[in-house]
Amino acid sequence: MDLRLAPHAVAMSSSEFLSWSGEVMDQLMKYTGAKKAVDRLTAPIWSWAIRNATVPLHFGIACCALEMAAASGPRFDAERLGMIYRSSPRQTEVLLVNGWVTAKLRPDLRRLYEQMAEPRWVIAMGECAISGGPWYDSHNTVQGVDTFIPVDVYIPGCPPRPEAMIDGFMKLHKKITKEMKGTFLND
Amino acid sequence: MERIGLAPGGKTGEVLAQDIAQKFPQLVTITKATHNRLYAKVDKAALVPLCSYMKDNLDFEHVTCVGGVDWLEEKKMQVVYHITSYANKVTAELVVDLPRDQPEVDSITPLWGGANWHERETWDMFGIVFVGHPKLERLLNPAGTEVFPFRKDFVSGRRV
Repeated sequence: MDLRLAPHAVAMSSSEFLSWSGEVMDQLMKYTGAKKAVDRLTAPIWSWAIRNATVPLHFGIACCALEMAAASGPRFDAERLGMIYRSSPRQTEVLLVNGWVTAKLRPDLRRLYEQMAEPRWVIAMGECAISGGPWYDSHNTVQGVDTFIPVDVYIPGCPPRPEAMIDGFMKLHKKITKEMKGTFLND
Repeated sequence: MERIGLAPGGKTGEVLAQDIAQKFPQLVTITKATHNRLYAKVDKAALVPLCSYMKDNLDFEHVTCVGGVDWLEEKKMQVVYHITSYANKVTAELVVDLPRDQPEVDSITPLWGGANWHERETWDMFGIVFVGHPKLERLLNPAGTEVFPFRKDFVSGRRV
């Protein structure tokens, strides 16, 4: 925060002014404790809201994607728990990696992860996504998603049943409740 | 033998086999022919003439699959073509033998566009070169791979 620049504010270009004033507001809120207070007050609301809209990216790779489809069918009806699939990474919170990741897919999956907006989580579903699974000595299969993306929840199984997948999302709900991210994501 | 579902004006596999054997007496060997199947061993030089003849005169419209076989001990490679005729309801299986140290065969992509990715995949996995293919690049393996994983002397193991 450089308040000494305040007299020069009228002489700044618009982009200079925006970055300067933004920084001033940010620092002001941080050092007066307003940011923390807002975080404290809004965190329960936001974590409740995020919990009820853990929207996974609709990106089925392999046979675990069939379990994903079964989980969103009428018998398990994952939609009642907020798992509504969206096809655009910008509109999703959860990257559900369900299947083997080939060396050719790896950069694209990393890019999808980077396109998702914060806060974001990653779930590795099935043996292949966790550790390579049956393709442990394959020439072209990446040995686990966590070699290039941070993973929050692992769902074991080959493939895991829809109940297991929903259980994994419930674990993610617990994690979101515990983290309690407020408006400013605790930055 | 009475054929079920014979297309109007269609020919059986046996008739087509006789036709091919008359047209290419030396370079093509018919190994077996049934009412809806046709198996033949084809010399490398006769592949494209045979395929154009099959396409233009015998109504073979569709390449179902192109694959490779690696015979390590016999020191040869095979390319197996499955070509289907909807009009005759016959699938022909053509097998071409290639030397293992120089596996090169003419591409049939100019005849049937559907062979494009099949041949590309066969090159990707076996290293069999299809001369005249429009885009012989890596398909399933990432670009820059230097091995041919489906060859029998390929040692499998973690690479990525």
